[in-house]
Amino acid sequence: MTASRTPIDEATASTIDRSRLIEGPVVIEARDVTKTFRIPDRRVDSIKERVTHPLTRQTYRELRALRGVSFDVHRGEFFGIVGRNGSGKSTLLKIMASIYRRDAGGLRVAGRLAPFIELGVGFNPELTSRENVVLNGVLMGLSRQQARRRLDAVLEFAELEQFADLKLKNYSSGMMVRLAFAVMVEADADIMLIDEVLAVGDAAFGQKCMDVFRARRDAGKTVVLVTHDMATVQSFCDRAMLLHNGEMQYLGDPEEAALRYYRLNFSGHHDASAPQDVPDVNVRVIDAWLENPAGERVDNIEQGEPIGFNVIFEARHDLAHPMFGFNFHNADGVLLFGFSREFDPPDGEPDELRAGRRVRLSGTIENRLLPGRYSVGAVISRNRTAADLALHMLRLLDFVVYGTEPGHGNVSVDVDMDVTVEDGA
Amino acid sequence: MTQDDRLVLREVQGPSALGGGARRSLELLWLIAANEFKRTYFGTVLGYLWSLCRPLLLFAVLLVVFTHVLHLGNTVAHYPVFLLLNIVLFGFFQEATITSVSSVLTQEAVVRKTQFPRLVIPLAVVLTSVFNLVLNLIVVCVFVLAFGISPRWTWLLMVPLLLVLFVLTTAVAMILSALYPRFRDLAIIWAVFATALLYATPVLYPLQHAHGALRTLLACNPLAPLFELSRRWVISPDAPVATGVVEVVVPIALIVGICALAVWVFRREAPRIAEAL
Repeated sequence: MTASRTPIDEATASTIDRSRLIEGPVVIEARDVTKTFRIPDRRVDSIKERVTHPLTRQTYRELRALRGVSFDVHRGEFFGIVGRNGSGKSTLLKIMASIYRRDAGGLRVAGRLAPFIELGVGFNPELTSRENVVLNGVLMGLSRQQARRRLDAVLEFAELEQFADLKLKNYSSGMMVRLAFAVMVEADADIMLIDEVLAVGDAAFGQKCMDVFRARRDAGKTVVLVTHDMATVQSFCDRAMLLHNGEMQYLGDPEEAALRYYRLNFSGHHDASAPQDVPDVNVRVIDAWLENPAGERVDNIEQGEPIGFNVIFEARHDLAHPMFGFNFHNADGVLLFGFSREFDPPDGEPDELRAGRRVRLSGTIENRLLPGRYSVGAVISRNRTAADLALHMLRLLDFVVYGTEPGHGNVSVDVDMDVTVEDGA
Repeated sequence: MTQDDRLVLREVQGPSALGGGARRSLELLWLIAANEFKRTYFGTVLGYLWSLCRPLLLFAVLLVVFTHVLHLGNTVAHYPVFLLLNIVLFGFFQEATITSVSSVLTQEAVVRKTQFPRLVIPLAVVLTSVFNLVLNLIVVCVFVLAFGISPRWTWLLMVPLLLVLFVLTTAVAMILSALYPRFRDLAIIWAVFATALLYATPVLYPLQHAHGALRTLLACNPLAPLFELSRRWVISPDAPVATGVVEVVVPIALIVGICALAVWVFRREAPRIAEAL
C-alpha cells in the first residue's frame, strides 16, 4: 500500500474512534425514564363548563409516551434518537431539556445543556438584534456578562455587525435565520439537544448546520440529534437509539438503527426482533451480486473496471407498475448517483408483476468511483408513485473499489484541459 | 466552570417555577421586563405620553363625574389628588393582573421550546407594570405638591405599602397565569371582575362614605386597607382608618391566604404548563 491514507483507512479509523468514545465519561444518564400524557376524552378548558357540568367526571385516555427508557450518552458523542412519529423521541428530548417533567425514572446530566428545538425561539421582533442576542444567550444558560461578551462574536458570525441596532422586525428572513444560527453556535453548550425541525430548510443550510454540529462534537461537545432522516444518522451519528411506541428497540450502530427504522416503517407490522430480515412484505430479494468483466461474482471491484450489477426480486403480492431504483452511497452515506428502471412487460401483458413471479435486473455500470467503500440501496415503488414504496433496502450490497490512483472526492471524471502560458501583455 | 465540573452528573429537575437556577431566572426577569418597558416607552415618539394619557384621561372623566354630577368629591378633602393617587395605584394592579392572565400563552414558544423558569413570565409582567407605576407616581407627586400638600415623614411608609401591593399583585398574577391554560375563559372573567373590583375598592370614594354591613364587607377587600392607609399617609393624616377586628384581620388574612394559594397553585401547575398549551 502507499503511504497516503485511502478512504478505506479513514473508514476504519473512524470506527476505532467510535468505540473509544464509549469509554469516555457519561454526560447523560437516563434510567427507566417514563412519561404518560393524560389526554382528556373531551377537553374542558373553561370555568363555564366546569360550573355548568359540575358532576361530569373528566375521563382521560392515557398515552404512554415513554415506557422505561434507559441509556447513557458519553462525552464527545454524536448521539442519534430515531423513531417514527409518535414514538416518543421528541418527548424524550423535551424531558432532557426540562420542558416536560418525567413521571418516573432517573435522569442526570453533566455540564450545561441547551435545547435547539427551533431556530430563533424567544426572538422579539420589537427589539434590536443586540438585545435579542443577549436575551437569547441568557435563555441558553449564559450569564448576562457572558452573553454580552459573545455579542460581537455572534454578530460577526452572522455577518450582521452593521445591523446590530436594527429592530428584528426589519430583518429579512435570511438575516433572521443567520442571526438565530449564530446565537446557537455561540451559545457554546456542553450538550446540544437538536430537534429535526432545525434541519428543515434548504439543503445548503442543513449542510451548514450539520457541519457546525460536527465541529462542536470534534471540540469535545456532545450532540444529541432527534431525527427521522436516516441519511443524517448514518453519516453523522456515532451511536443511535431507535424508539418505538415509547420503548427502546435498539441502541448501538447507526447503520443497524437505520435499517431497523426502515423495517418498522415499511413492513407495516411492529416486529423488529429479527434483525437479519429484510423488509420484504411485498418484494423479496432473492439474490444480489456484482460481477467483474470476466463474469465472476466479486465483492471488490478494481478501479476503472465496469461494474456488473445483478439482482433478482420476487413479488410476494401483485405489484402494479413497479419501478426499481438503485442508489449508490459512499462510506459517509452520501448519495453519489442513482438510476431507476421500469418493468418492461412482454407484448400484450399488463405492466404488472404477479405474486410469486421473479424479475431480474442485470447490466453493467460505468465505474468512475475512486478507491473506497461504497454501498447500493434499493427502492421499489409501485403504482407509478414514487412515495408508494414496496421495498426500501438501505444496503442491498456493500462493495469496495480498490486501486492505486486516489483522487479528490468520490469519483474521477475525464478532464480535457491544457495549461499554457499566454504570451504578451 | 472547570473541566471537572462539566463531568459531574446532576439530577434533571424538570420544568419548575425557577427551573435553571435563581440567578438565571433573575437575569431573564430583568431582561424581559426591561426590554418590554423600553419597547413601550422608547418604541414610539409618544410612548411615555400615551401610557400617561390613560390614567390622566380616566382621572379627568371621573373627576368631572364625582365633583360636578355626584358631588361626592366636594365632601372629601383634596379629592382630585386622592382620586389620582388611587387611580394610579389601582391601575397598576389592574394592568398587571389583566396582562398576566394570558402571559403564558403569549410566551408559548419559549415555554414549549426552551428551558424557561415559569415564574419569570408573570413576574416580568408585574415588573413592567412596576416601572410604569414608578413613572406615574412621579406625576402624582407633582400633583400632590401642586395642591399644597407638604411632604411628611409618613410618605416613607408608602414604600412598605407599595411592597405589599406588589406582593399581592404578583400573587394574583401567578394564580391567573397558572390557571389560564386550563381555563381559557379566565381572561374574560377576570376583566369583568377587575372592573367590578374598581368599585368594590375604596378607589373613587373613601371607605367612611359607606355604612353598616356594606362598609364591613368592603373593608374585607384585601386592597381596601392599602388604599385607606395611602390616603392617610400621603394626603390627609386625620383620615380615619378601620380599627374593628374584622376590618383589620380579614384583609390581612386574605392577603396571606392569596399569597399561599399562589405559591401552591403555581408549584402545582408549573411543571406541566407546557403540556397544557
